[in-house]
Parts: sequence; structure tokens; C-alpha cells
Amino acid sequence: MGLGIDVRNRIARRAAQEIKNGMIVNLGIGIPSLVPNHLSEKLHVMIHAENGVLGIGPSPMKKNEDANLCNAAGYPVTIIKGSSYFDSSIAFGMIRRGYIDITILGSLQVSESGDLANWIVPGKRIPGMGGAMELAQKAKKVIVLMNHLDKSGNSKIVKTCTLPLTSKGCVDLIITDMAVIKVENDGLYLIEVMSPYTTKDVINNTNVELKLSDSISKIY
Amino acid sequence: MVENSFDKIANIDEALSQINDGATIMFGGFGGIGSPPTIIEGMINKNVQNLTLIGNDTGFPNIGIGKLVSRGHASKLIVSHIGSNPVAGQLMTEGKLQIEFSPQGTLAERIRAGGVGLGGVLIDVGIDNDIVSNGKEKIVVDGKEYLLELPLTADVSIVYAKKSDPFGNLIFDKSARNMNPLVAMAGKYTIAEVEEIVPLSELDPEQIITPGIYVDMIVQSKGVNWKWVWE
Repeated sequence: MGLGIDVRNRIARRAAQEIKNGMIVNLGIGIPSLVPNHLSEKLHVMIHAENGVLGIGPSPMKKNEDANLCNAAGYPVTIIKGSSYFDSSIAFGMIRRGYIDITILGSLQVSESGDLANWIVPGKRIPGMGGAMELAQKAKKVIVLMNHLDKSGNSKIVKTCTLPLTSKGCVDLIITDMAVIKVENDGLYLIEVMSPYTTKDVINNTNVELKLSDSISKIY
Repeated sequence: MVENSFDKIANIDEALSQINDGATIMFGGFGGIGSPPTIIEGMINKNVQNLTLIGNDTGFPNIGIGKLVSRGHASKLIVSHIGSNPVAGQLMTEGKLQIEFSPQGTLAERIRAGGVGLGGVLIDVGIDNDIVSNGKEKIVVDGKEYLLELPLTADVSIVYAKKSDPFGNLIFDKSARNMNPLVAMAGKYTIAEVEEIVPLSELDPEQIITPGIYVDMIVQSKGVNWKWVWE
């Protein structure tokens, strides 16, 4: 069950609100790659890619692609003023050392305690972890963008992940097509609901107890 | 014609004579970008078999090192990711391809460690993860626990660069640099496929990324012969 582009953009737009001036941000593939489209031009943000670029800009116009200038998914990008290139060991040195303010990635499951499972489905798909473990374990803030439900209609937010973990207790914020949920030490807090869903819809479609924050705002 | 002052400039057949069945080959590239197309094509034509390939990922089925993998030339891979090459996953599931996964930054450091003569590196990435930490020695430094990650070297390293001079000093192009400078250091024999060979002293010493000491052979690239995934 894919999400329509409007819904995907709404999730990306909400994620973009987390990004503040001066931040270093790493984006995963899929919905996270739409986030830059929703950043204010006034913000000075350096987008980091683990294939060795700091300062990624918008996608190039057709025919202006440069095969030697791509993001970590292998798709062409441009660079912004002040950008730099480096090799893979430096790209990951930046991550391990904690210089990434926010990493925004997709996930298969997220647990009540913020465990992230996004790298293998045993017996089905074993893509390998790529750079996901470094990013999940070392970024200052980990934001997960995903469908609220999986293809069979099950909640992807679970008490305990049944899929192999990428990293324990690393997720700070979950943004889905239904809700924005904050991971705190004492559990998950529902802070925003995406229209047309209601708080009750979100609770009914989440396999874990959600604590309700004082004022739950609606996203249109 | 650039003077072959160090006898390193060679043709593709001479390069391929260094690459034989059963060899461990380390390659530069990330999603195929920055992988040496002419050498990879040559390896397919030579039909080298039973290779162990070490590098970032398996590209796409018809892009980068993926072309060798999906045609069955490798028996083992040490990589961080195969997600963009479903054929690699299929070969693994069928038991025809053995794959060792390293987290990407750990893989980069293992290659770097091999290239700079270290006995290993201490990294805490994946220490809580049973699959990553399985079988690895744990070492405590200053109260903090790390995995001992072992260095990687190869019989032959193949890299792709933008320019080389006759000594093998290399500069790269944008994100096509990726693993290449690390891979160049970690080969017992390193072959650089380059877009352009320029005379000695034409490259600014301040801008050289890989000093020629690491490069044993230089071949002229015929250019990328695959269609990119976004085309």
C-alpha cells in the first residue's frame, strides 16, 4: 500500500519543520528525500550524504544531471554554496563523531522504547544495513517517516520489534500518514494528528498505548 | 602523448593480466558511481571466476560492480548493502553467493585500516546488534566497550579517478570519490582507471587526494558503458 504524493509531501513538510537554521541533516531514501522541497529558502542547512557530500541542493533539471554528483541512493543532485566533497571514511567519521543534528529515515517497525527495525525482513529481503546503523546510533535526533500501517494493515508501531533491530532506543520522533508521535522515556506521546484522521483513529490503529499530550493539534 | 616516466601507464589487457580466478578484488564506487567501467567490462569479457569482491555495495544489476555480481563472477562479497541489486540477493538466497555485511562506516574504516597498516579498529557501531557483533572480540577502553573490527586488504584494488599523472597521483570527481581513495591504499596491487592522464607536474600537489605511491598501474578509461538508474 503506497501513499499518494500529497500524503508523502505532507509527512515530508512536517519533518521539515524540525530542521532549524545551521543544522547538519542526513536524509534517507523515499519520503525523507522529499524533505528539502519543504525547507524555507531563508534557512542555512547543510544536507549530508554518506557517499561523501556535505551541502546537497535540489535535484538538477533534466539533461543537467551529473553522474558523478549523486546522493546515497544513486540519484543526481546539485550542491549549494559552501559544500564540500570527501571520502567514505570522513563521511562516516562525521556521523560517528556526532555531527549529524538530525537524521530522517524510513522504517519497517518502531517499538515503544524507540527501537528501530529498518534493515532486514528474515527470509524475504536482506538488503544489508548500509549506513543505517551509524546514523541511527549516532545522530543527535532520529526522525522516522513511515506508513502508520503495513501492507496487511498492522500497526508498524509495536510494543517490541519482531524484525531484527537496526539500533536500540534511538528514535526520537515518528511521523506517519496518521500522526506525529514523540518517543519519551516513559512511552509514546501522541502530539499531532493528520487530517482526516481523529485521535481515536490513531489510537485504534496503534498497537501500543499512546499517551495523549495536553494539546493535540491537527495537521491539514 | 604523456611520457610514461614510471612505467605505470598500461593498456586494459595488461591490467586484466593482474586479475585472475579466485582473486580478492577491492573496488571503489557507491551505487556504481565511481566504479571503473572499463576494467569491470574487461573482467566480464575475460570471464574471471570465483572472485571475492570487497566494496561499498553491489551497485545495480547492470551498473557498476553489479554487472560482475549479477553475472555470477563472484563467490563471496564483503559489502554494506545489496538492496539495489536484487540479483545479488537472489544468488545469496540460492546459496551461490556468500555475503559478509559490515556497517558502511565500519567497512570504510576496515579498508582504511588495511591500507594504512593497522591491525584493526575499535568501533561501537552495531555493538548491541547480535548480527554485527557476532564472533567479534570486545575491547574496553576507558570504560567504554568497542568491537574489534579487522582490517581488509585485497590482491588487486580497482579504482576510478578523474585524472592521473604518470606517477599515479589521483584526483577524483565530486561524489565519485567515495571509497576510491581508501580502496586505492588497501590493494597489494592497485589499478587506477582514469578519465584523463596528464603530464607530470600538471596536477597541483595541494589538490592530490591519492598520492601515486599507492597506484601500480594506470589505464585510460573508455567511459561509462552503462545506463544510470535515473536515465
